[in-house]
Amino acid sequence: MPSDAVLAQLSNALVYSAMTAYTIAMVAFAASLAAGRGKSVVKAFVPAMAGATNIEAPSTPAAPTATPATASGRRSGNIGIALYWLGTFFLALGIAARGLSAHRLPWGNMYEFSCAAALAISIVFLAISIRRDVRWLGIFVVLPVLLTLGVAVTLLYSTSGPLVPELHSYWLGIHVTAAILSGGAFCVSGVVTVLYLVIDRENRRTAAGLEPGRLHFLVEKVPSAERLDTLGYRIIAFMFPLWTFAVIAGAIWAESAWGRYWGWDPKETWAFITWVVYAGYLHARATIGWRGRRAAYISLLGFAAFLFNYYGVNLFVTGLHSFAGVG
Amino acid sequence: MSETATDLGTTPSPPVIPIGFFGWLRWAWRALTSMRVALMLLFLLALASVPGSLFPQRGSKPLEVTAYLARHKTLGPILDRIGMFNVFGSAWFAAIYLLLFISLAGCVIPRSRLHLRAIRARPPIAPVHPARLPGGSSWASPAPLGQLGPLVLGEAARTFRRSRWRTEIAELGDGPARERGYVSAEKGYARETGNLLFHVALLVLLVGVGLGSAFGWKGQVIVKEGDGFANTVTQYDTFTAGRLVDQSTLPPFTVKLDAFDITYQDGGPQNGEPLAFGAQVSTSGAPGSPAVPGVITANHPLGIGGARVYLIGHGYAPHIVVRDKTGKVVFDDTVVFLPQDGNFTSQGVVKIPDMTPQLGLQGFFLPTAFVDPVLGPSSVFPGPKNPALLLSAWRGDLGLNSGTPQSVYRLDLTHLKRISIKELRPGDTWILPDGSGTVAFVDIAQYATLSVAYDPGKGVALVSALTAILGLMLSLFVRRRRIWVRVSDSGSGGTLVEVGGLTRVDSTDVSAEVARMVTALWAMAPEAKE
Repeated sequence: MPSDAVLAQLSNALVYSAMTAYTIAMVAFAASLAAGRGKSVVKAFVPAMAGATNIEAPSTPAAPTATPATASGRRSGNIGIALYWLGTFFLALGIAARGLSAHRLPWGNMYEFSCAAALAISIVFLAISIRRDVRWLGIFVVLPVLLTLGVAVTLLYSTSGPLVPELHSYWLGIHVTAAILSGGAFCVSGVVTVLYLVIDRENRRTAAGLEPGRLHFLVEKVPSAERLDTLGYRIIAFMFPLWTFAVIAGAIWAESAWGRYWGWDPKETWAFITWVVYAGYLHARATIGWRGRRAAYISLLGFAAFLFNYYGVNLFVTGLHSFAGVG
Repeated sequence: MSETATDLGTTPSPPVIPIGFFGWLRWAWRALTSMRVALMLLFLLALASVPGSLFPQRGSKPLEVTAYLARHKTLGPILDRIGMFNVFGSAWFAAIYLLLFISLAGCVIPRSRLHLRAIRARPPIAPVHPARLPGGSSWASPAPLGQLGPLVLGEAARTFRRSRWRTEIAELGDGPARERGYVSAEKGYARETGNLLFHVALLVLLVGVGLGSAFGWKGQVIVKEGDGFANTVTQYDTFTAGRLVDQSTLPPFTVKLDAFDITYQDGGPQNGEPLAFGAQVSTSGAPGSPAVPGVITANHPLGIGGARVYLIGHGYAPHIVVRDKTGKVVFDDTVVFLPQDGNFTSQGVVKIPDMTPQLGLQGFFLPTAFVDPVLGPSSVFPGPKNPALLLSAWRGDLGLNSGTPQSVYRLDLTHLKRISIKELRPGDTWILPDGSGTVAFVDIAQYATLSVAYDPGKGVALVSALTAILGLMLSLFVRRRRIWVRVSDSGSGGTLVEVGGLTRVDSTDVSAEVARMVTALWAMAPEAKE
């Protein structure tokens, strides 16, 4: 079954186009940030109160309307989002072309995993952007996307071809898709959490009467620490069941492929560690003395474990999950 | 999972001074079941897993453990003593997860009791002014309270009940005003139910894992085409069983490997990657019962006698015939050669004790032979495009009677002397130069490595794992919330309607549901026109 070379080339061209669109989106987001616009405005819910004009008690807390400093700043934020959609569209097409060229699901080696991971990060970001104004977040999310794609095309690239028989299973679609989507969410949440830590630090410096730090300008550009904390939490709370499912689907697959559902293979061990750390994060956020900064560090630790499981275990540790196709 | 701390830490922080033995006991129990200790145990569990992925483990890579111990003469034994090569079976790893699960049980049991009480309790009494809650609203309608009030309360209660809220109605009437004239509704008990379900499911999962390790067994065997094996301990190359397995009563099935099929990608960037492989087998459930044909492939094991047979590896078994100087056949069999790389450069040994002096052959089988001037001979493709057998012949004492057990894949060269080496192609016969006999390479067969596993706990583990996801989703996505509707005299002969609500789930509010209720009631009690 020869790979369709034209489709494979088209796929590569589309991935490069996506990177170009993302790069211009990054510039637009940067311009928006510099213009002081694109500050988070969580779309206020306006109750449909059929004309209830004399609302007596203080009702819906006033939505934080960060008025854009300049219209150009808002415009570049919108251009950023539009280009982000375009890049994601190219990337999705590129991944689809890759799949068509090899006549299979396009996640069989690390190059393909990485493209899919970049797509997952983008999907999570865009899904959030449909419901909230997250133009401020654009630049911080487009960076890991570009980084992932850059590493993929330069270091991890492998030409399109058939899958090893071990991966011939519909569980490839289920287990790997769930794992990659969770990874995308963990990444976006990690970005938000880093921002939270930056803002929180600036807040504490201000409270202590210290000189503002070098990243102080961000305080005016992104939502409050509390909001960032909540957003980071919500993303994880939403995706943690999916990650749990990814691990369980992997166990079911392992049972039918290797004769045991859990064997502490390095990949399984690190998936377990990631799961345990994020479970710890969810509990920590609900425990006095752990919420806030400490919980944020735990969340980042969870993402670090996920990243190590992807790059570290795939490239440096040999185990049963050796499908990297690199080197 | 995201409610207040007292909701989660089942017991308040441990009291400071324990008194007496039972005091200490109670203190220890409270400390163990506190959220803080549970969190620390959770992180300890994650941390304790790390060495299990960095050091080779006895269970999965016994040979690498031996190699590691040979390389690190001082560090190795120390690591071994603290269980670094058997992390997940070590006492300290078990101690962490058992403490964690005890802590979990100590948390879940009292919470279940509280939750049961909460489910049976009535929704709480309404605040005096629900409209003052975040997201609340109120308005005055011109109709008098006595006439409009009951209608509004009835409509509110109906609306709540239609969307399955737990609803309590306090009709207008005599008594203190704050206890009359409101509807109180609550929803989202599934959050705590899901939370408890998740934690209980984890406990059951541990039971499933325990069942598997106590009553499960697993055997591995190399089977050449044409050969078979019966499901008894002695027929396996390796066999491990749980402590409570009666090894004499394994299900009496047999498996025979009829043929092994494999195709490889030929050419292109993924040259040599296997495209498909499968083992054709015939199985029989019990001695004497008819053989049933079957196929085992990667990802598709074969079920038999409650166990499952998995294909986990394969390789080549050249057919070798050895004759002595009289021409009598002293060896005639296929010989398993173990693959050393992805192109199946394979290593193997033949021992022929029935000659005097004894004869040993060792060497390489190359499915697609290529002689590199620097690196020497190796295989460049896994399929048999240009098969060759490189053998060296050894004479002397094989050492089979020395009493020490020997590997069938290694010659003990201590009392052997090399006669010669030779490259053979299928059909070639090598006349040994000392005239002691001939070695013929007849043709090539294949073998499959099969793993047979029985795990009675895996059903329990699967169901509890899926239940855990369900519980997790309920506990993370359902919000518990309360809404109150209160009617009272507006002070100018009309009716004041107030709607407001609360949720304890952080940074969410009930304004959408409050607004819907306002819309519903607005229709029947319109605002007075000024």
